[in-house]
Amino acid sequence: MMQDEPLFAASGLSKSYGTHVGCRDVSFDLWPGEVLGIVGESGSGKSTLLNCISGQLEPSEGDVLYRTQDEGMKSTQAMTEPELRKLRRTEWAFVHQNPRDGLRLSVSAGGNVGERLMAIGARHYGDIRNSASEWLERVEISTARIDDRPSTFSGGMQQRLQIARNLVTHPRLIFMDEPTGGLDVSVQARLLDLLRSLVRELGLSAIIVTHDLAVVRLLADRLMVMRGGSVVEQGLTDQVLDDPQHPYTQLLVSSVLMP
Amino acid sequence: MIHVENVSKTFTLHNQNSAVIEVVSRANLAVQSGECVALTGVSGSGKSTLMRMIYGNYLAASGQITVGGVDVVHASPREIIALRRHTLGYVSQFLRVVPRVSTLDVVAEPLLRVGTPETQAHERASDLLARLRIPEALWQLSPLTFSGGEQQRVNIARGFAHHFPVLLVDEPTASLDGTNRDTVLALIEEAKARGAAILGIFHDAAARERVCDREIDVSGFKAP
Repeated sequence: MMQDEPLFAASGLSKSYGTHVGCRDVSFDLWPGEVLGIVGESGSGKSTLLNCISGQLEPSEGDVLYRTQDEGMKSTQAMTEPELRKLRRTEWAFVHQNPRDGLRLSVSAGGNVGERLMAIGARHYGDIRNSASEWLERVEISTARIDDRPSTFSGGMQQRLQIARNLVTHPRLIFMDEPTGGLDVSVQARLLDLLRSLVRELGLSAIIVTHDLAVVRLLADRLMVMRGGSVVEQGLTDQVLDDPQHPYTQLLVSSVLMP
Repeated sequence: MIHVENVSKTFTLHNQNSAVIEVVSRANLAVQSGECVALTGVSGSGKSTLMRMIYGNYLAASGQITVGGVDVVHASPREIIALRRHTLGYVSQFLRVVPRVSTLDVVAEPLLRVGTPETQAHERASDLLARLRIPEALWQLSPLTFSGGEQQRVNIARGFAHHFPVLLVDEPTASLDGTNRDTVLALIEEAKARGAAILGIFHDAAARERVCDREIDVSGFKAP
């Protein structure tokens, strides 16, 4: 069934650093269960955009709207700092490119997952530990490692742990910055499969920033192509990749090496 | 179920001196429920391009395409996604899947996406794989390691798993041996019998003869 209201919307977002433009006049809607991919080369403004829409960076202009459970569509600028913080801990999640930015390396794997639950008020140790081990299993990390620190994990395991830590609170929206970047190809495939099934099973919406066109083809329903801070083309993922209209998208698509 | 009116398609290659290639011009066709229609014409005449426009994979330059009541040319991405999930299936010549996902899951996925319970989806996937003679020992492996013919049969099983009311099939019998070819044609006949509207490209004339009610020569859809 089609829902009539988006879960999330950006309108006229711009961010400039002095005279340098990070991103310019970006608008889009995201519906429940939808995965949006944002692609572009480094310096295209995709990470700036992701930081603006996820509330980590204050936009210079424009607005970000989120459909809250109680009040419907609400501008994040109209939210108080505690409201925003709560949103980021519960209904939103952010998966960083480098798992070290999204994990606490001095805390055990189980502690990393349990911490987000405790932040929203879970107190029963047994329940927290059960949820933590359930999520470790879900992301294919042996529960025998629950008391080990993530610093002893491989890069792929750290990334899966970061995903478990983020999803344990059942967010509705997940932001991802190059989630498969820096991983071996075989590990990437497993992570892609995991992300796809989680999106399907939990009905998550996701916004994924990446430079990897193969990753968005498999994960994203819709695609935005960025260059020099602006969105040059957007649409259905396979349509944008197979029948690109903008000269830059044509260049980008034709430059990919086929294995 | 499928209506194509005055549809044209041009490709503009911006990075090659903005060359403009006209591939389809003023195409008209309609496919009703329970009917299978073949697109014919020499290679390069625009058969696949036309199919891809109906699927929403290529943007039509002009004209009108309606599938199951949805205006494909002007629909938003999420309307196309919903159309493809429930109504419009496409059996392409190439299998495109996430590496390391098992064959059984690849085939069951379209069913899971429309909310079929997992056991039921896997049963249907197993039936189809068995009918298409994919050895059971391979079902837990990724199809990316399979031979070309096996991959094609997995793709067909995936395409026929959910009972789509509209199906696009691109060369479904190419590179298949006689028995498997028979099974694929039987699947098409069953889909027709349950009322699916099917549009296909078949180079195999005998296959066309057996399952198709009409033929449309795409060479007619070219600028004079």
